[in-house]
Amino acid sequence: MSSHVMDVPAAAHEHHGLIIENQRLGFWMFLGSECVFFASLIGTYLALHGRDIGNLGPRQLFDIPYASILTFVLLSSSLTMGLGVAAMGRGEVRTMRRWLYATLGLGLVFLGMQVNEFSTYWRAGLHMNSSLFSASFYTLVGFHGLHVTFGVAWIIALIVYSYRAKGLDASQTVRFETAALYWHFVDVVWILIFSVVYLVGVLQ
Amino acid sequence: MAAVSERVHPRQYARPGEQPGLWGWLTTVDHKRIGIMYMLAACVFLFFGGAEAFLMRLQLAVPNNTLISASTFNELFTMHGLTMIFFVVMPLSSGFMNYVLPLQIGARDVAFPRLNTLGLWLTIGGGLILYTSWFMGGAPDAGWFNYAPLNSPPYTGTGIDFYVVGLMVAGLGSLMTGINFLTTIVNMRAPGMHPMRLPMFVWTTVLTSLLLIFAMPALTADLILLFFDRFFGTGFFNPAVGGNALLWQQLFWIFGHPEVYILIMPAFGIISEVIPVFSRKPLFGYSSMVFAVMAIGFMSFMVWSHHMFTVGYGPLVNSVFAITSMLISVPTGVKIFNWLATMWGGRIRFTTAMMFATAFIATFTIGGFSGVMLASAPADLQYNDSYFVVAHIHYVLVGGALMALFAAGYYWYPKITGRLLSESLGKWNFWLLFIGFNVTFFPMHFLGLLGMPRRVFTYAPNLGLNTWNYVATLGVFVLAAGFVMYLVNLLWAWKNGAPAGNDPWDARTLEWSTTSPPPAYDFASIPLVRGRDPFWVEKTTGNGQMIPVDTAGADEGDAHHAGKVHVPAPSALPLCLTLALVVAGYGSLLRIWIIAVIGILAMFFCLFRWMFDKDPGEMLDVVPTGGEHA
Repeated sequence: MSSHVMDVPAAAHEHHGLIIENQRLGFWMFLGSECVFFASLIGTYLALHGRDIGNLGPRQLFDIPYASILTFVLLSSSLTMGLGVAAMGRGEVRTMRRWLYATLGLGLVFLGMQVNEFSTYWRAGLHMNSSLFSASFYTLVGFHGLHVTFGVAWIIALIVYSYRAKGLDASQTVRFETAALYWHFVDVVWILIFSVVYLVGVLQ
Repeated sequence: MAAVSERVHPRQYARPGEQPGLWGWLTTVDHKRIGIMYMLAACVFLFFGGAEAFLMRLQLAVPNNTLISASTFNELFTMHGLTMIFFVVMPLSSGFMNYVLPLQIGARDVAFPRLNTLGLWLTIGGGLILYTSWFMGGAPDAGWFNYAPLNSPPYTGTGIDFYVVGLMVAGLGSLMTGINFLTTIVNMRAPGMHPMRLPMFVWTTVLTSLLLIFAMPALTADLILLFFDRFFGTGFFNPAVGGNALLWQQLFWIFGHPEVYILIMPAFGIISEVIPVFSRKPLFGYSSMVFAVMAIGFMSFMVWSHHMFTVGYGPLVNSVFAITSMLISVPTGVKIFNWLATMWGGRIRFTTAMMFATAFIATFTIGGFSGVMLASAPADLQYNDSYFVVAHIHYVLVGGALMALFAAGYYWYPKITGRLLSESLGKWNFWLLFIGFNVTFFPMHFLGLLGMPRRVFTYAPNLGLNTWNYVATLGVFVLAAGFVMYLVNLLWAWKNGAPAGNDPWDARTLEWSTTSPPPAYDFASIPLVRGRDPFWVEKTTGNGQMIPVDTAGADEGDAHHAGKVHVPAPSALPLCLTLALVVAGYGSLLRIWIIAVIGILAMFFCLFRWMFDKDPGEMLDVVPTGGEHA
């Protein structure tokens, strides 16, 4: 909790001395729910793993150096996001905004590279319904990509918002903090995907 | 008491910032109005779900009946199950949670008032999508659990598409509800309301919310896979291309078994509220009750494969799940005995609410017994997919959840409307329902043991099934009369019921310390909680009034004007967001993808508007509550 000074609406709905305020607590619960969602998709990918690969399987398609760059880009964006929130905690809105721009840039690079990767596969003949591998791969990695896309849209909105707001009080900083939480979560999911889908895929 | 005899005007529910009339209800963020709308929606769906059941029983009254065709029968049992589970019991529970829970913890609102509204509209939106399937190519027809490969081409029409989209929308609403209530309970309790002082209904809501949060996403993922199978030709569940039909079952029951406890947990809470009040005793074994609901909630995630004993996972898997399923009856038994011990030696008043609560103990225990029988894996091979299972689920869902919700209706109606339901009509309601229920569903145990499979649209006359089927159909008429009696009572009492006053039952919890119906801001001053059953504590050791903590924002400094309370402002955003999502849903159902994209974009527009909409709220004048006035 960055501050005990809340604006009127927040104070009116919240009791004093909360360990964790409503928005953040609720968002943690949402992330718990997201964990089960991705666990279901990863479980599906693993359950169907190796059943029907078709002509184009992980060994033929995956480019580990390329996927490593994706990983590096996304992990770096988590760092810049963290630095941005730290700057906000010090009250430096302009520094925060610079880090948000950096995060946004890295997020867009990640998305661009992923679109490029998917279209390469698609041109090679790996369509949604080509095989069980393609279906579960596109579903799992695609839903992660959708989450990144939503995160990018969220960051854009926050940047726009940071220009309009005159200083940030506690009820506003929590919006940035939940976005950062979300961004780190999406990052963690990617680490799982990179290990389970890409690394395991080429090793077998 | 003179003032209470005046007609209770609907405007009394309104917060002063709200628009009058329909628009006010559509944009409200008041947990009490949201609760009422949940209940009304559930009653409408109860009518449809009941009508579907009625038609099925008419068809099964005599052998070789031709009233309803086989395919229509498939649609009827599918829609009946979906309606009763997702759009009757869940919204009714949400309704009571919404109305009562903030009052019980001494709060003026929930943690996320707009999210709460969104949950309501998403639930209703999902139900509407599901029901329009009747007019758009036929309803879903593969049962409420919709097993693969029956849920995929070539076995189905477009009905399953509506199942997928409708449940996705409604499931999103349930997730919002879970997050909102759990945050509310963690953060919004009145001073002194320690966790071990929470009313049991609040505790069961904690567990229900946790189950919603962690179970719903498994269904969402499952529905997404099915969506891709049906719309994009993937083969997740299609064995012909190497897919796994059991994958659907696995994900479905990982959601589906916690879902069963999502349905029954609130009922446990209601019964734990009603029985102590009408026995004039505190709840026996409060702490063991709390740990029992925790154990049940935790274990509900570890039993899902008992729905799949016959699929061939082998003795090891079956044994593990048989044991965990039987273990869950231990904490459930703790609850049953605690309720009985609460009544033991109490000064029992058999009001209608108490009659429903007592009947709940009996009928739910019967359902629990047949549950333990079904949990025995070798025996289950015989019971599986027979009418024995139908009897079991109806004993726990009608005899359990619905009985408790009726008890809740009689118990809290006076708080919601300021008027008592008629006790004489209530007795008719109870006996018709209780007798009708048992006459309808008890014979189904016999039918199941005689080998009648569930979900058949007819049967041959020489199988020995004729008598009990006929009896069950007769029972439905009595059961239906019971429901009608309830409706009559609700409507009659709305205008003519005796004035209830604040505390008609001499009750124990905080909701009875405020007026009936409560003012828009719930409590003029936040009450100090000095023990379990806080209102009872003040009645027995204090002066019968709650001790105020903050007199209308006195401790908020200059943020508050004296004598005013801040409440959140109404908002149309939740409704707009739901409409956008429903449009996107129909776009994908009709395969007009441009509409789907427009709907999704509109949804994101609403979402971002919402994110940066600073809620100014409203300041309400507080009328001092001097005990008895309406």
